[in-house]
Amino acid sequence: MLSRLKRDLTMADAARSPGGARVDLLFVADMVARGARVLDVGCGDGELLRILTERRDVDGRGIELSREGVNECVAKGLAVIQGDADTDLVDYPDDAFDYVILSQTLQATRHPRQVLEHMLRIGRRGIVSFPNFGHWSIRLQMLFAGRMPRTDNLPYSWYDTPNIHFCTIKDFRSLCNAIGARMERAIALNAWGKPLRLNAPWWFWNLFGEQAVFLLSRKY
Amino acid sequence: MAEAQRSAAPAAAPSVAAPPVAAPLAAVTAREAESLVLPSREVENPQSALVRFGTDKPLRLDAGVELSPFQVAYQTYGTLNPDRSNAILICHALTLDQHVANVHPVTGKPGWWEIMVGPGRPIDTERYFVVCPNVLGGCMGTTGPSSINPHSGSYWGLDFPVTTIRDMVRAQAMLLDHLGIHQLFAVAGGSMGGMQVLQWAASYPERVFAALPIATSTRHSAQNIAFHEVGRQAVMADPEWRGGRYLVEGTNPRRGLAVARMGAHITYLSDAALHRKFGRRLQDRANHTFSFDADFQVESYLRHQGISFVERFDANCYLYLTRAMDYFDVAADYDGVLARAFKNTPTRFCVISFTSDWLFPTPESRAIVHALNASGARVSFAEITTDKGHDAFLLDEPELLAIMRGFLDAAAKARGLVARSR
Repeated sequence: MLSRLKRDLTMADAARSPGGARVDLLFVADMVARGARVLDVGCGDGELLRILTERRDVDGRGIELSREGVNECVAKGLAVIQGDADTDLVDYPDDAFDYVILSQTLQATRHPRQVLEHMLRIGRRGIVSFPNFGHWSIRLQMLFAGRMPRTDNLPYSWYDTPNIHFCTIKDFRSLCNAIGARMERAIALNAWGKPLRLNAPWWFWNLFGEQAVFLLSRKY
Repeated sequence: MAEAQRSAAPAAAPSVAAPPVAAPLAAVTAREAESLVLPSREVENPQSALVRFGTDKPLRLDAGVELSPFQVAYQTYGTLNPDRSNAILICHALTLDQHVANVHPVTGKPGWWEIMVGPGRPIDTERYFVVCPNVLGGCMGTTGPSSINPHSGSYWGLDFPVTTIRDMVRAQAMLLDHLGIHQLFAVAGGSMGGMQVLQWAASYPERVFAALPIATSTRHSAQNIAFHEVGRQAVMADPEWRGGRYLVEGTNPRRGLAVARMGAHITYLSDAALHRKFGRRLQDRANHTFSFDADFQVESYLRHQGISFVERFDANCYLYLTRAMDYFDVAADYDGVLARAFKNTPTRFCVISFTSDWLFPTPESRAIVHALNASGARVSFAEITTDKGHDAFLLDEPELLAIMRGFLDAAAKARGLVARSR
């Protein structure tokens, strides 16, 4: 299960801030209140937890599928356990965390809807970041090459990708509506990790956003 | 529970083991006869620090009786800092003892966790004050069945009350009170030691800043109870056991205890490890002898394990300590709900298991983690890939060392322990 780490390494080559942190993680971190209790589901090598601990002073926990990722995190002193988002979130009590984060994790789960529902049950708020499959370059690859798209951020072939449930920003919004999640904030990032115009319409984000970050809460 | 590590070196074992014609479990050499005396010397006057609790400080046991007077033997390493915040308690496994990081006074072998404990090691004795007591019911200086019963003037034997993991932990808490240590920076241990760690966290949450239960469980499984029962029956089937009165009658159920040890030792390893070490190789011979000699290296190795074990361990102790593990079930004390044992715990946990450990397999550790998650505890959990079985926690496993070090460093930072300049 090295795939998650590999993907993170690939992402690491992508947009980085001058401080060396992945830009999409900084946007995630920016949505987290200081000193909050945070669960990072699919925490990889622990970079987001490290950023959150250092910059937001959070009480952070992590779940990670790959044994290598977990052991690396624990050796760094992070409170991370080996576990599977699809099967292990059920064990967590309601309202156990202020934030539950799915950073580049949702598209790799078997049951994204259940995972999202558990996220909003365990956490008062949820933060989800994912690659937007509605991005124009992906649409063009499908249209002209007639093959499953591959990009710098999504370098896998269809047959060996950990990403089994891709969605577009539009798709994600409709799932949020279906499960009764309120979208408190949303950001779309272009290929260079820069946020798109805030007042742009959703169709614009869906076409030009390569990554999306959503801050969610329960409607009811 | 296990300590195959030192003598497990495959090169050493077969050469020390039985010559082809010997029946090693029956023969008592002069050296072995002499060794009969050695452990019993350690029982009353151990080569360790010793604290005696008088009749004013009885130990209340789960069995409903009080043990008094009693004594606890312990080793320490490093220096307690002025605010007494850097103490690490190490809880030993079934057949180990307090000699964590010094030459063993009976066997002359290195300490059982020198890879983990010492200057610059993950449990850094230049930074932490390490305490390791012999467990209650043990035979290396803490009161147990081979101690003298002050009420009768003879050996306790089977008159010794059956003690539990929780009793062991109570005795350890009294030792720490005596040493003036209110809060431990950490409690660490594997196997039966891990059970004590979990009991510490459940019984005295405010006294444990960090807990490291390794290769362990919150309750002994049916399979493990079954293995223990086989071992106990082997001891009791030895005519020299004399209904537990062998110390009085001047005998020693060494054959029974050796067989118990041989059986248990298999459970500490793994199929893959045994295959790698021994395969089907023969011991100092070209062909099968068509007899019941130790033709195979693995037989010779096990006989060696059995015979060297009885030199340093007491048969009744083995009965009592295996019983303590069998009775262990943390959740039972909390209406069967494990999470309640750790409700609102301030302790941070690092749970570790090993892929090839079939005595305390990973699902047992996962159950601990689930309960800790449900109780909101701060928990890290890592499963380490190894083919060395249960005993892996005693061995040079780089990932284990890195995880222990990383976890303790982060915990020390959170506890405000500054790294000692070296």
